Amino acid sequence: MRILGKGQVDRSRPVSFRFDGRSFQGYQGDTLASALMANGVRLMGRSFKYHRPRGVLTAGSEEPNALVEVVGATNQTPNVRATVQEIFEGLNAQSQNRFPSLAFDVLGVNDFLSPFLSAGFYYKTFMWPRAFWEKIYEPAIRRAAGLGRLSGKHDEGAYEKAYAFCDLLVIGAGPAGLAAALTAARAGAQVILAEEDRQLGGRLLADEAELDGAPAADWVASVEAELRSLPNVRILTRSAVTGAYDNGTFGALERVGLHLPARADLPRECFWRISAARAILCAGALERPLAFPMNDRPGIMLAGAVRAYLNRWGVVPGKRVTLFANNDGARATARQLMAAGIEVAAILDSRTDASAVEDCPVYLGARITDTSGRLGLSRISGTHVGGQFQILTDCLAMSGGWNPTVHLTCHMNGRPRWREDIAAFVPSDGAVPGLTTAGAVNGDYTTHACLAAGHAAAVAALEALGRSAPAVTLPRAEGTPYRHEPLWLVSGKGRAWLDFANDVTSKDVKLAAQEGFTSVEHMKRYTTQGMAPDQGKNSNVAALAVLADATGRGIPETGTTTFRPPYLPVSIAAMGAGGRAMGFAPQRFTTSDQASRDRHAPMIEAGLWYRPSYFPKPGEKTWREACDREVAMVRAAVGISDVSTLGKIDIQGRDAARFLDLVYTNTFSTLPVGKVRYGLMLREDGFVLDDGTTARLGEHHFLTTTTTAAAGLVMRHLDFIHQTHCADWDLRMISVTESWAQFAVAGPKARALLNAVLDQPVEGFPFMSCGTVSVGGVQARLFRISFSGEEGYEIAVPTRYGEALFRDLLAKAEVMGGGPYGMEALNVLRIEKGFITHAEIHGRTTAFDIGMEKMVSPKKDCIGKAMAARPGLTGDERQQLVGLKLSDAVAAFGGAHLFTPGATVDREGSEGYVTSVCWSVTLKATLAMGFLKNGRARHGDLIRIVDHLRGIDVLAEVCDPVFHDPAGEKLRA
Amino acid sequence: MRLTCPLCGPRDRREFYYYGSEDYLNRPGPDAGIDAWDDHLHLRDNPAGVTRDLWYHETGCAQWLRVTRNTVSHEILATELVAERKKGPAA
Repeated sequence: MRILGKGQVDRSRPVSFRFDGRSFQGYQGDTLASALMANGVRLMGRSFKYHRPRGVLTAGSEEPNALVEVVGATNQTPNVRATVQEIFEGLNAQSQNRFPSLAFDVLGVNDFLSPFLSAGFYYKTFMWPRAFWEKIYEPAIRRAAGLGRLSGKHDEGAYEKAYAFCDLLVIGAGPAGLAAALTAARAGAQVILAEEDRQLGGRLLADEAELDGAPAADWVASVEAELRSLPNVRILTRSAVTGAYDNGTFGALERVGLHLPARADLPRECFWRISAARAILCAGALERPLAFPMNDRPGIMLAGAVRAYLNRWGVVPGKRVTLFANNDGARATARQLMAAGIEVAAILDSRTDASAVEDCPVYLGARITDTSGRLGLSRISGTHVGGQFQILTDCLAMSGGWNPTVHLTCHMNGRPRWREDIAAFVPSDGAVPGLTTAGAVNGDYTTHACLAAGHAAAVAALEALGRSAPAVTLPRAEGTPYRHEPLWLVSGKGRAWLDFANDVTSKDVKLAAQEGFTSVEHMKRYTTQGMAPDQGKNSNVAALAVLADATGRGIPETGTTTFRPPYLPVSIAAMGAGGRAMGFAPQRFTTSDQASRDRHAPMIEAGLWYRPSYFPKPGEKTWREACDREVAMVRAAVGISDVSTLGKIDIQGRDAARFLDLVYTNTFSTLPVGKVRYGLMLREDGFVLDDGTTARLGEHHFLTTTTTAAAGLVMRHLDFIHQTHCADWDLRMISVTESWAQFAVAGPKARALLNAVLDQPVEGFPFMSCGTVSVGGVQARLFRISFSGEEGYEIAVPTRYGEALFRDLLAKAEVMGGGPYGMEALNVLRIEKGFITHAEIHGRTTAFDIGMEKMVSPKKDCIGKAMAARPGLTGDERQQLVGLKLSDAVAAFGGAHLFTPGATVDREGSEGYVTSVCWSVTLKATLAMGFLKNGRARHGDLIRIVDHLRGIDVLAEVCDPVFHDPAGEKLRA
Repeated sequence: MRLTCPLCGPRDRREFYYYGSEDYLNRPGPDAGIDAWDDHLHLRDNPAGVTRDLWYHETGCAQWLRVTRNTVSHEILATELVAERKKGPAA
């Protein structure tokens, strides 16, 4: 029901929306909850376990009951709190966890079965027959106990992540937060003020408070206007700070577009990472429900929420309201309702010594012992000092006092402290380094105290930041002390709910204690108390009190469970914003990328790079046809391949050669200028790290190449060796991978092709030479190296010339019967020649294993040398690199295991494995590389290859891994 | 978590690559023997309290840092460039 003249919704802007298929109208500024209640809707959900009808309990993000699904064009978001979701034109929401409808839910039968569904029932029942658990019981229980459903489709919505930095982060914009932000802002500090509501003001808005004798909203508006006018202040509304992390880092979730119709230019949510030198937590407090029999019916709400709906949205959720409370503050609810012309049936005050003077009947020492009304509250009954009462009422406002919102102070292991005078936990000092707390979060519940504390906290923070505090005049505010008497549980026949969201009652907590789960952490897990989306914000302290009572301990001795981030549910989509599909990892493209795609080459990932797999010609139906053609082309004419993705590290200095001698197993100080040498790099534990060529471009200038995948790893390794072991050497190095585009030109016609593009033909450029050449007037580097076994060159030009050179090389190669080759052909060419890749040097192989132990120079120390010599890393027991040859074409069997023919095929009998396989069009055979125990002594033997995954079981001949041109005549031609 | 790089200033930990204990700084000689090498590479204390470990400012200045921090309070006590570290045992 909407009340004229109350609330801050914009009545000139009606908004239509749908709930469960029905059309409704609300106003701009309404939440789904306020708009539905304005339309007389009380029933908004079904409970998790018993499928009990439920309505709104709160007016904030802690809502346990009114969870709905919001259906968009492309997505469906479950478990949206109706108390947070703002309505917009076309909003389509539906209730969840019910079938077939909200008003008639078949699984409501669970409520009648409740005696059998107590805490941990699934540990005790559904045990037999055993096989039924996985197939029948568990799926049935999961369907019955539920929250909302996802659409099952990808979430195509846009999400964003952002980073922010500030001197002071103020969390919460109630009176304390506003006073703190204003003080720090006037001092010139960089301030971020984060507020989870759409408006600043906190309880000032909900309570119709007065400041300086005027409506508090006026003061809020003037502070907001000043803050917004200052360049050093950023205000984040609709932004909940979700976590406190190390070194002043905070997470925050902003609802950017969730309150608007979907817009292509607006993300739905943004996840902020805020780095703050100091922070002040002004998170306020959350009201406690009262646990009395049958306290969960729609229409039973928190008293503070009833006030909020009246004052912020002009909505009253009933026609005849009753108040049940244990404190003075809640009386304001009754008074404000009466002032607005709403009938208040009675005030039920649990205390016997409270005032009985109000404009409505007041019952002291009151206890509600039963309620009725199937889909919404209609009647309550109970006792008071004067006897019994029965009241017809459709809305009960309840208040069990307030719990400070201590959550963020617990995120770094802080334990809250029990304050007996307010019967609540408050933050411990210094729980989060750099963060202080102010206002209701400390149990200072009066507006006056909040304003003063917020200001004082900001002054202290400014001092820590080395700034002086400015003059701030705080408005006069009420300072009535908080008076209350704890009331944790009203005993009676019916169930008294503690955790509405997970359907945990006081009986469940007592049962847990009775069955030995007396630790609060055990009780929580046994009963699921506090494990619902609201994470026990409404119920943890009350459940703790019931447990304390059941175990005969005090509340502080019983302890409290650990609050962990996030403070409220955060969508994975927001946390991982930008990381979907191709956003998962950065993409790196070579200069030849477009030219390769122009030729319809499928691109495959190599680390973050994309490289062409093969270049299909018209008529070729499979990758194999293209690959075989490309291999034959390189062996017979010339092929071009982009090898720019290999890591290139430029190393200069008088100690550069000495450094390379340290990091490589072999010697580079003896390498003449203008020559290239293959090098092997070990990890300090003796296993192979990487391999590659190093060219000596000048006396003190080297260019080292790494494999594509290990480029970053090797750079890090070289920096480590340099800075830790020889920082005083004359040496500088930097990655130049992206500065040069480099192409392999391989095949018998390689030199002819090169000479067609070079300004001066190459002559007398033997194998493993390097030097400077000129292409179209551009200075280029030429290396005579080969990864194919053919006469091969690699030509490098500054990156900006890469595409032009690649296209030119291709055009000229095709005239000569050559062309581009992709990764598939490159792989076949290198296997035919017995060259290794990271398939072989996969981190568990040594120089000995790959047959390169002679490359470990005996004349000098090198990284990994000492450990490479340890027992067990050499000898007959090691699995050694071998070639495997089959005359038949066999499907790829990388990863297959090797067995001696006739031996048992089992795990213990495996003598090695296959690392690389190809069909060699050159040798008309299936070739493979692998590691075989004592393999170098077994050349000529037959070995059995078993691949259980692919169903392959074949015999192969063990041989030297160099299949093609073992003497290297082509290479040196 | 944030680390203050001596060259770049305070930075998010995602800019850094974590390596391990500062023990890696004390490389044994080639003839130190298998036990010394095993100790250097594999044996680590796991203290609750102050530790020193090595981080690489990989997406920053490419410097290796020695970070003194408290594994209990998560406090960062000091950061220094490995290349310019003062020799000698950990404080």
